Amino acid sequence: MRFASGVRGLREFGIIVFILVLSVLIGIRNPRFLTWGNIHDMLVDTAVLLVVAVGMMLVLVTGGIDLSAESVLALTGMVAGIIIKDHPYLSPLFMLVFGLCFGGLLGSVTGLVVSRGRVLPIIATLSMMYIYRGITFIVSKGEWIDAHEMPESFKALATGRALGFSNLIVIALLVYVVFYYFTAHTRTGREIYAVGSNLEAARIIGINTTFITWLVYTISGALSGLGGVMWVARYASAQNDTAAGFVLTVVAACVLGGVSISGGAGTIPGVLLGSITIGIINNALPMIRVSPFWKMALQGIIILVAALVNVAVARNIERTQLRQREELRMVRYGA
Amino acid sequence: MALETVRVQRVRTSAFRWEWLLLVLIAGTFLVNSRISPHFLRYTSLMSALSVFLEAGFMVLSMVFILVAGDIDVSVASIVALASVLMSLSYKAGLPMGLAMLVALGVGAGCGYLNGLLISRVPNLSAIIVTLAGFSLYRGIAYILLGDRAVGGFPSWYSYLAWGDIGGTGIPFILVAFLACALVYGLVLHRTSFGRKVFAIGTNRTAAIFSGIPVARIRHTLFTLNGLMAGVAAIFLTSKLGSSRPNVATGYELEVIAIAVLGGASPSGGKGSIAGACLALVLMRLLRYGMGLRNVPGQVMMVIIGIVLVCVVMFPNLLATRKRRPAGS
Repeated sequence: MRFASGVRGLREFGIIVFILVLSVLIGIRNPRFLTWGNIHDMLVDTAVLLVVAVGMMLVLVTGGIDLSAESVLALTGMVAGIIIKDHPYLSPLFMLVFGLCFGGLLGSVTGLVVSRGRVLPIIATLSMMYIYRGITFIVSKGEWIDAHEMPESFKALATGRALGFSNLIVIALLVYVVFYYFTAHTRTGREIYAVGSNLEAARIIGINTTFITWLVYTISGALSGLGGVMWVARYASAQNDTAAGFVLTVVAACVLGGVSISGGAGTIPGVLLGSITIGIINNALPMIRVSPFWKMALQGIIILVAALVNVAVARNIERTQLRQREELRMVRYGA
Repeated sequence: MALETVRVQRVRTSAFRWEWLLLVLIAGTFLVNSRISPHFLRYTSLMSALSVFLEAGFMVLSMVFILVAGDIDVSVASIVALASVLMSLSYKAGLPMGLAMLVALGVGAGCGYLNGLLISRVPNLSAIIVTLAGFSLYRGIAYILLGDRAVGGFPSWYSYLAWGDIGGTGIPFILVAFLACALVYGLVLHRTSFGRKVFAIGTNRTAAIFSGIPVARIRHTLFTLNGLMAGVAAIFLTSKLGSSRPNVATGYELEVIAIAVLGGASPSGGKGSIAGACLALVLMRLLRYGMGLRNVPGQVMMVIIGIVLVCVVMFPNLLATRKRRPAGS
């Protein structure tokens, strides 16, 4: 077991090395990449991805997938935009809480469909992705909300700074601290892993698997909603096609961070590193003059390679555990 | 042994009822539609209503096979885009149109082959992640090749494929082609040992492996077939649009999967029928047509179809829970 966690640590170490090599290579082609200002900009651009990826990770850990995250983000962002347009006196902090709650509400509907309705996650969330996207159009009546329709205080969410960092980075950091504690040190957090590793066993030892399944989709919705408010503040506009296709980036970040699609494996630090890697690639492409049309194909390749690496690592861990069990048996009972 | 027989029987009767339910729904939609608009019952408008989305219908057929085997493929729409773009580019490069169409089929089958190779030969690599990567990769390649440009100017006979009808009878060519395909797929799935093996794989993959069924090879074949059908869809879709660009067929994967699931297939495997899928295709067309008659905007249609899909999948599950509870198991 100790060795197994060592291999998992190795996985995260591997991403760190990959990030460093990548940064140096990009830095050689364009020295401006490695300046503090650019790194800060890169992190600001990645903040939404960082936040949404945490929710996606929890869903993936249970063996599901949440394709509706991007539509929840767009719908929450649009509703938040409409509210702030009509009530510019509302505090930005309130809008963040609103994003969490509204997104959580949308996510809990998806969660009910998956946990109570027992619809397969991919079918349920694919449908919800289109339903929420359609509602975004209906709510906005096909129009979008411009920068000049938003109060300065709201836009300051993205432009303002706290402790020397952009607010968005601080929010993302807070989310990571909270969810690191949640997944690693609370009973409910560990139960999520139990459900993803072996659903039947989890039910037998008395875990409320229906509740856990519902919970992860609700959390994913809440964080997507938070991401939606951050997104609208950052780009100072709420549009109907906000974040279309974003869910692929989120899944890519998770898989890159070592989260297994078949459930049971995935860590908060891994997701952090995976998201940052995606952020670096997105930030670097224009700097080394690669056409933006390459982005989509590149993302596909990243997902594929990362998934292949994950499978190889998982098999390695399994083999090690098998060998250790065998050795233990030999010690106990002789050959 | 006895238990197995009971189970098979129950599956059969429920599939039977499912298709009846679809027929009732179709009849209902038919009535409502004809009350909304008197034009609905005209021969020509009915024929065009049925053939509007048929190019995606080709993919529904092979998607049923994939779902029955317990897999899923969300990359089909992107394969359509790539096949369409490469077909147009090779036509522009001087290839005759017939050969360019072969290119589309080849590209489709090639992408499907790649999906299938990874899914069936690499253990523990799930179909979801591979086809999700394909979803991004294939359309991404189409964007690299074409950017935001469009390619058109095909020979005039090419538009016959999507728009023409058979010898002035008003029966669209695409409808005949689809029915022929559906017949072949239906016979293969329900009347051959290959079809039974697909059901066996979807019902219990481990048992299928131990019964000596070449599971990896069959799954590989199914994904290749699905890619090939995406190539067919690309040919018909490009013919209908008259040009191709990297963003064609966006969102088709949802509609294709939705129709297959509506037709009684389930991605958990072992369930599904071609007849059900065809009925679901008709139902979906009539629904969309009826909403079009009432001037329902496309976005609202998207919401309604999503809700219909979720409800249809959820309904039997909720029913099953209620039935099981009194038995105390």
